[in-house]
Amino acid sequence: MNILERYHAMDYGPAPEARNETDAWLAARDFGKALFVGGDWKAAGGGRTFDTSDPSSGKLLAKVSDAGAADIDAAVSAATKALPKWSASSGYSRAKVLYAIGRAMQRHQRLFAVLESIDNGKPIRESRDIDVPLAIRHFIHHAGWAQALDKDFPDQKGVGVVGQIIPWNFPLLMLAWKIAPALAAGCTVVLKPAEFTPLTAILFAEICERSGVPKGVVNIVQGGPQAGAAIVNHPGVQKIAFTGSSEVGKIIRKATAGSGKKLSLELGGKSAFVVFEDADLDSAVEGLVDGIWFNQGQVCCAGSRLLVQEGIADAFIAKVKTRMSRLRVGSPLDKNTDIGPLVDLTQLDRVRGLVAAGAKQGAVCWQPDVALPSSGYYHLPTLATGVSPANILAQEEVFGPVLATMTFRNTEEAIELANNTRYGLAASVWSENVNLALHVAPQLKAGVVWVNGTNMFDAACGFGGYRESGFGREGGREGMFEYLSAKLPLGPAIKPAVAAAQSIERAEGDAIDRTAKLFIGGKQVRPDGNYSIAVATAKGKLAGEVGLGSRKDIRDAVAAARACKGWPEATAYNRSQVLYYLAENLSGRADEFAARLTELTGATAKAAREEVEMSIERLFLYAGLTDKFEGRVHQPPARAVTLALHEPVGVVGIVAPDNAPLLGLISLVAPALAMGNTVVAVPSEKYPLVATDLYQIIEYSDVPTGAINIVTGRSAELAGVLAKHDDVDGLWVFADAETCDKAEADSVGNLKRVWTGNGRSLDWTSTEAAGDAFLRRAIEVKNVWVPYGD
Amino acid sequence: MSSTIREADLGPSKITPLPARTAANAPAPQAHGIARNPGMKLDLGFMESMRSVNRSALERRVASLTKRRSIKADNQAAWLLRAVACMDLTTLNSNDTEERVRRLCAKAVNPFRRDIVEGLGITGEKIRPAAVCVYHPFVATAVDALRGSGIHVAAVSTAFPHGLTPLSTRLQEIEASVKDGADEIDVVIPRGLVFGAKWQELYNEIVSMRAACGEAHLKVILGTGDLATLRNVMLASMVAMMAGADFIKTSTGKESVNATLPVGLAMVRAIRAYFEETGYLIGFKPAGGISTAKASLDWLVLMKEELGRRWLEPDLFRFGASSLLTDIERQLEHHLTGHYSANHRHAMA
Repeated sequence: MNILERYHAMDYGPAPEARNETDAWLAARDFGKALFVGGDWKAAGGGRTFDTSDPSSGKLLAKVSDAGAADIDAAVSAATKALPKWSASSGYSRAKVLYAIGRAMQRHQRLFAVLESIDNGKPIRESRDIDVPLAIRHFIHHAGWAQALDKDFPDQKGVGVVGQIIPWNFPLLMLAWKIAPALAAGCTVVLKPAEFTPLTAILFAEICERSGVPKGVVNIVQGGPQAGAAIVNHPGVQKIAFTGSSEVGKIIRKATAGSGKKLSLELGGKSAFVVFEDADLDSAVEGLVDGIWFNQGQVCCAGSRLLVQEGIADAFIAKVKTRMSRLRVGSPLDKNTDIGPLVDLTQLDRVRGLVAAGAKQGAVCWQPDVALPSSGYYHLPTLATGVSPANILAQEEVFGPVLATMTFRNTEEAIELANNTRYGLAASVWSENVNLALHVAPQLKAGVVWVNGTNMFDAACGFGGYRESGFGREGGREGMFEYLSAKLPLGPAIKPAVAAAQSIERAEGDAIDRTAKLFIGGKQVRPDGNYSIAVATAKGKLAGEVGLGSRKDIRDAVAAARACKGWPEATAYNRSQVLYYLAENLSGRADEFAARLTELTGATAKAAREEVEMSIERLFLYAGLTDKFEGRVHQPPARAVTLALHEPVGVVGIVAPDNAPLLGLISLVAPALAMGNTVVAVPSEKYPLVATDLYQIIEYSDVPTGAINIVTGRSAELAGVLAKHDDVDGLWVFADAETCDKAEADSVGNLKRVWTGNGRSLDWTSTEAAGDAFLRRAIEVKNVWVPYGD
Repeated sequence: MSSTIREADLGPSKITPLPARTAANAPAPQAHGIARNPGMKLDLGFMESMRSVNRSALERRVASLTKRRSIKADNQAAWLLRAVACMDLTTLNSNDTEERVRRLCAKAVNPFRRDIVEGLGITGEKIRPAAVCVYHPFVATAVDALRGSGIHVAAVSTAFPHGLTPLSTRLQEIEASVKDGADEIDVVIPRGLVFGAKWQELYNEIVSMRAACGEAHLKVILGTGDLATLRNVMLASMVAMMAGADFIKTSTGKESVNATLPVGLAMVRAIRAYFEETGYLIGFKPAGGISTAKASLDWLVLMKEELGRRWLEPDLFRFGASSLLTDIERQLEHHLTGHYSANHRHAMA
């Protein structure tokens, strides 16, 4: 074609990014020694390797060391060896290292970008303008956290050696999200990149060598699922951070149950993209391009479910189709490419299979008539309309450029549809009406909500999910907590409960017989099974009987807690007054509770009185904190504010301890209530009468129906029922080790947030047994991005 | 499972084509010419539906738009030639003289050095600016200088750049320029009518201006730098098109903020909506501050991505520019020789 013909055609033509520097880097490396362990480059045991290839051609790029269990062991040893010096080093010196990494990455920015595009298939525009700059931003941002650690996180220490497993969709960016906060917190790292995309992590290891990272602080081990399992199961690792599929996330949750390892999971999503009739529709269309056709749709927070208001649906879908026909599918290294190949043939097959299945279930799948390269793992952008909520394309994470579309009639239905998913990672809301947008955003069950935008990220703003999208946050202040731990004053191990002998004789006295029932939905109710168990006094006499709660009672209690809207939606001031009132009313009956404690536990009158007083004080504390443990406002480097809202976790199950039966129960229930959670509490198995005595106080303290539910019975059994209940969002267990372990392992049904004492008892009278550490467990941080400008 | 999306195709439709206008560039973009926008009644409901313009989203779109597309090598040369073909070569200075205008016209007729024309292989094609744009006193001079060239003469009018004289005066000004031979009239709107939301008054004024233009084409300058919000830009664009504008144009070049890509994006989206509603194709003219070859490519990409190939013809797209041509000449020379060029190597206007 000559220039005149091009003048008439006005096509873009190819604009290839040069790759000679990258090819030179690839040629110069020995990928058979790609394990970066203790500052040295090592081959895998037995010299095993795996292949990594270019998804745009299928051509082999390198044969990379494939770490086995022994290699992981060596990496953990190196990290363990480096830990004492690194964690003891000053925040300033760690800040200098993080800064040096960030700056060195900036100096090699284009090499990172081209290498990432070659290995992963993502368009060079994205790796160059999004992935790499954001990765750098994470290191430079976290240099500040390293230095601010003592001031901002008093009493917190780095957790130790952390194992990190990252996915192939954002290889370098996910590495940055993992390593930067870990180093800032004084942890040492064993990181495993994904098998499909090992290359930028190797380049990153070279950067570490040159940036003054002490040997062993960062260890990067290439490998597959075996290497991953070896990290997860390694006893020398104190924390696991994982980003990947919900399926593997659940396996990791189960594998680490009872190990005491800290865990953060960033998993899948099926994020809603909600377009209201008063939205800037053309801009919303562009939002979709950035939402579902970014990185070939291989994005955990991809806006893969379009919910559009009925009145504008046809017009909007027409606009989407027009826009799709202008998307360019092609070589990742062409600067004019919007959509590159999927990462691997297996992924392409999976996406094709899901689209076919969706079509079979009634979805109408439309693709634009755009050119497709003849080889490589390309998939056309796809719009599925007529998708019912039951369709596989609405339910399953596709992880490809496939958009499922549904319509809604009104705001209420939009929210309902958006939340009709097991996932809860992100959501977009499009409306020019700030009242509507800020009305909807808090009601979406998602860790990140973008108003009139999508896929906006920043190191200062937390990212992470609700529900089966995982737990923990990455980025910002909340992300730092994932790599820190506060020392809880844990005491001796709790012994498993022993069933009390049932034939105990009644204590002397002529009081009228009392029946302690369960407390569910604001009422005292008999247990579903209609059995009771005896409660003994300290002297072995019969103190009374309580209902033997069963799985059905837990079911009813959870339903009551879920149905309670009055408490989570109440203002913090209102919740505060109710908690104060509870304290006031408990105070009015302090003598009676002290006597009950003495009767049951044998505590001295003074000790019993102290426990009651401390319980009242704790209620007072949390009453006062309801409106003070608040989120922050971030100002990311964009014309936007990000509101980090503290939202209640939801329905929280609490299994209270036997030691300090009143104070322990109140110390757990009060912070959960303060933050707006509704609670299903299983009180001390040994001394449940302390809890049943509370019913009347709850009844006349203006607590809304269903906000507190109490089910007495056998703690281990009821903890198990709570763990397996998929409508329970959080579960706190202070019981014997086996009960704690099982609670963690059984929580995989819905990946509820489980917090246990790992079978150890806690000194509930200590100051550490109250305050922010508890409140943090009682909330989810939701980051709402609000771009502005007129 | 797949289907094709049409770009703006022209028929069959309710449009009766008007006679083709003489094209400045050969060949004519469409043999049958372009149906002239007859306007429509002021439809406040339609305007209301266009009110939602999210500035930050538009800013993000243009920021990524210019990064999503890259035009290299021979394509770049071709696209720069396209920028020249879509240029209103402009002089709007208080110290303009007839001689200065004659010089500008000579440059328009013969924009490139001979070796560049030959090197690019475009000797058989007249690629040159679509129009020369001047103040009223120089219309006759330009018409004389450009006679037979096919290059249009555009006059800025209606108390350019502010528009703040009596309507009758402004209409007489249009008539005078048409009488002198201008076949394109660039009018300005009184920005106060936008701030006051006096849409009917604005509509009526533009309708009268269109009537005063007769056969001459009407370009309506919104003075977007003065309008403060993209919403105002959008609404003013809609009123101008409903009142019969052939082109909508960003700026006079005299506001403190010139043509910006977000403003351009709002205006081309207005043009798209008007096309979808009425079937008429309205032209777009960004003006002011577009002085580099690189910037001209960004605007061409904006047009192609948002409106399609059809809007890369001079009957639907113009740059208002004065120094842009020289920068393009330098880039074209670089394309041919591999040497970076200098301004003084190219004939000045």
